[in-house]
Amino acid sequence: MIKAVMMMNTQGKPRLAKFYDYTPVEKQQELIRGVFSVLCSRPENVSNFLEIDSLFGPDSRLVYKHYATLYFVLVFDGSENELAMLDLIQVLVETLDKCFSNVCELDIVFNYSKMHAVLDEIVFGGQVLETSSAEVMKAVEEISKLEAASNSISLVPKSVSGWRGR
Amino acid sequence: MASSNSLMDSLFQRSLEDLIKGIRLQLHGESSFISKSLDEIRREIKSTDLSTKSIALQKLSYLAALHGVDMSWAAFHAVEVVSSSRFEDKRIGYHAIAQSFNDQTPVLLLITNQLRKDLNSSNEYEVSLALECLSRIGTDDLARDLTSEVFTLLGSSKAFVKKKAIGVVLRVFDKYPDAVKVCFKRLVENLESSDPHILSAVVGVFCELTTKDPRSYLPLAPEFYKILVDSRNNWVLIKVLKVFAKLASIEPRLAKKVADPICEHMRRNVGKSLLFECIRTVVSSLSDQETALKLAVARIRDFLVDDDPNLRYLGLHALSIVAPKHLWAVLENREAIVKALSDEDPNVKLEALHLLMAMVNEDNVSEISRILMNYALKSDLLFCNEVIASVLLACSRNSYEIIVDFDWYVSLLGEMARIPHCQRGQEIGHQLIDIGMRVKDARRELVRISRALLIDPALLGNQFLHPILSAAAWASGEYVEFSKTSYDIAEALLQPRTSLLPPSIRAIYIHSTFKVLVFSLKAYFSAQDSTSSPLVEESTNYVSSLVNAFTYESISSLVDMIELGLCSLSGTLDVEVQERAKNVLGFTGMIKHKIIEKVTSPESVIEASRAVAFMEDVFSEELGPVSSTAQEKVPLPDGLELNENLEDLQEICGEFLKPVVDSNSNSFSSSEKISFSVAKLRISDQLEASSSSSSHPPESASLLAEHRKRHGLYYLSSQKSDDHDDSNGNNNNTLNEYPPANEILADSFNPKKKMNQSKPRPVVVKLDEGDDIKMKPDGSSNHEPLSRAIQTALMGKGKEKEREKDNPERSLDSGTKEQSLRKDKKTKKKNGEKSSKHRSRRRSDKDASAAKPVDIVDFLL
Repeated sequence: MIKAVMMMNTQGKPRLAKFYDYTPVEKQQELIRGVFSVLCSRPENVSNFLEIDSLFGPDSRLVYKHYATLYFVLVFDGSENELAMLDLIQVLVETLDKCFSNVCELDIVFNYSKMHAVLDEIVFGGQVLETSSAEVMKAVEEISKLEAASNSISLVPKSVSGWRGR
Repeated sequence: MASSNSLMDSLFQRSLEDLIKGIRLQLHGESSFISKSLDEIRREIKSTDLSTKSIALQKLSYLAALHGVDMSWAAFHAVEVVSSSRFEDKRIGYHAIAQSFNDQTPVLLLITNQLRKDLNSSNEYEVSLALECLSRIGTDDLARDLTSEVFTLLGSSKAFVKKKAIGVVLRVFDKYPDAVKVCFKRLVENLESSDPHILSAVVGVFCELTTKDPRSYLPLAPEFYKILVDSRNNWVLIKVLKVFAKLASIEPRLAKKVADPICEHMRRNVGKSLLFECIRTVVSSLSDQETALKLAVARIRDFLVDDDPNLRYLGLHALSIVAPKHLWAVLENREAIVKALSDEDPNVKLEALHLLMAMVNEDNVSEISRILMNYALKSDLLFCNEVIASVLLACSRNSYEIIVDFDWYVSLLGEMARIPHCQRGQEIGHQLIDIGMRVKDARRELVRISRALLIDPALLGNQFLHPILSAAAWASGEYVEFSKTSYDIAEALLQPRTSLLPPSIRAIYIHSTFKVLVFSLKAYFSAQDSTSSPLVEESTNYVSSLVNAFTYESISSLVDMIELGLCSLSGTLDVEVQERAKNVLGFTGMIKHKIIEKVTSPESVIEASRAVAFMEDVFSEELGPVSSTAQEKVPLPDGLELNENLEDLQEICGEFLKPVVDSNSNSFSSSEKISFSVAKLRISDQLEASSSSSSHPPESASLLAEHRKRHGLYYLSSQKSDDHDDSNGNNNNTLNEYPPANEILADSFNPKKKMNQSKPRPVVVKLDEGDDIKMKPDGSSNHEPLSRAIQTALMGKGKEKEREKDNPERSLDSGTKEQSLRKDKKTKKKNGEKSSKHRSRRRSDKDASAAKPVDIVDFLL
């Protein structure tokens, strides 16, 4: 089972955090900080695994990958394979790359809803259900279409708030 | 008015994007911006317009996820949003619910119907939202109420829905085990699915289920085996391997069966993740299959020399799994492991260290320790202490089983104390004392090392090493008879720089000084005696008495030095230090007087000699290790209620308790916890005795003896006899459990010891039932309802076969359990199921088992 998915930048600002077991928000923030404090002390070119029993309890492992300004972090238990989890981060990043054509930190910052749509297709309640980025893309596009359709019948045009924001 | 407000809100509402932009613009006042936005959200979320509400909720869930804002107050609004007909709102609502609801959320009951509605929706994405939500927050009630919907979805023709329905089954089974009756068959059927997504999902579910309770899923082994052989999907294979790792560990015959296909996978050019899973399965559960193990170890070797640090790490990790059973695999890769010690990756280093410690035995312990000490000197603080801790742990395992040369080990402990980064003072100190008590032959070296530690100026300034000093001080006082010159020891104990130490440790220094003094005086007086009557000389059993020959001059200079060193302490603020200093000073005052008088009156010498002899008696009882389970041996007296609330006691005896508590906290301040309770006990004994020494010496001595007799149970057997072994010494070997050095009869401790050992291993005192804490059997009781349900569901499968075949190889208890379960089921059948759906399904269950006579035993043999 996957226990948590996190993305944070190299300054330690969380960009996405999802805990698959109920975790109070204070505890979430504490865990994010704890993970970051370990990650930022790791040199480059070392293994991508961390022993984090102290943070997430016994039999928990952590795999992370560092892309540009972002850390992608997966926390999971003994019923997942470490290298497969590393591959899963790769799948996630590839999918995001397709989604945003050359994903960067800003895409992740501003697309909260879409990020979760992608992640929810890959990880379902802590289980890995999809590992093909094409399949994920298909579902995410369908969801976007459905959302757009529901918007078109909305009484208040979205453009109003969009206009106000600029 | 309210409606116009809400209109304004919806017209000019900030979107999530606006919020994010706003936060990004704040350089400093981020938190005030967030609280301002939160006020906005609180207003907007009350809006009657669902889309305004849902955007507010989305903003809130963003803030909750990334800025730690509490959103539990909005639970009801999430329920409102989820009922929207717009897909976007619904999604926001479900997201918020999954994120913030837990079992205690009061409005949880309100979403059952909404979930049911969405699970029945024709839109597969709505169904997917509901399933996702259920898989995250599903409670007992939700799982029970929605089981039939999940069952329907398990038969969905859309793979997109079906795989998620399979995923949700895990949560449903966990919360509502009775759902097994309904859903299990459909779940199992999917094990034969040709769709890789479905297969991956269902295998994932079984992997989780098997982890919790492997035994129940043994009958499914044939299905899993088929997947193991046929599938080429890494994700699926990894999960199946995990299932077999669990199953094979409880069913050895299965290990034999799956070894071949696993080897097949290892020989193929598969992905590293699958290869590693194969290796892990073999080393953890199939380690008795020789071919498989050899192949796995060969693959591990490839990992160890790979450029990828991940593979090096995992390779070492796999070796550490196999180490306890097949050490040869570790020894074969010795060079790679030693090389990994200087890897730049801390994970790799740590793993290599653990492996190295697994290799340690009595032949190579000194070599490995030497290598590691060099690493410890060069490493950073964290790894250095990790190294020290591992060496300490490995060497002390099972009462120092692998140590033959204790002189070497004691000096190694001394070396450790001098490593600049060392922070393991507590453990080193503990071992110094422990060895002193357990290994008589090591005491001479122990005292030598202790003195060297005491006079090392570097140690005094490092608070992590204070426990070592405290141990060294204790050892040099307790075993002073092994020292070359007791004067040096006393000098070391009284050096002015001891003022850097915390009071609790200074107290030990003073007490040790006392012991040194008493020993020296005794040696002085007995030397006096022996000169007057040469016959007594033979019985002088102090090995070092010749070295410690005291003259009148030397003894009085010792006494003078002690007086000088302690007089400044008699005014210390700390009561413990002060009291001990005063005790010693009182004693020296008396003795000094007598020694000086000696020239004039011979009676005073006898008097002094008697006083010294008494003190000597007090100290002569040898201390032994105390079992950590000693407390458990105390029988509970009748009428003693341990669980009763003792708060009243505080009120009743408050006056009496207070001073005691105070003095305790002073004498053993929390930071300097001296981990040898024996020493404390000893000290208190001594204080008792010394306080009463002037008035009733014989009485206190007999009290002490009585105390030891009464509590003999908690001392070692060797200490039970009230003979003063130390003073009688080697003369009565028959009574003494410590044989003298180099005269060991049979070395039962060490069966695999080499014959050509130059130096025999000294006897190490061991307690009857080790000091280890016993492992508790892990309770799997919380999975019981589920496993019972599963076993019942699977019973239908191979029932006929199992009945005609008596199954001797199955463990008895599980057999009887199954039988009783079967009986259970029969009676249920007789009673008749109420729902016709169930009955028909049961029939189909039977049909399936008839058509496909799967039998686990056939398969295994």
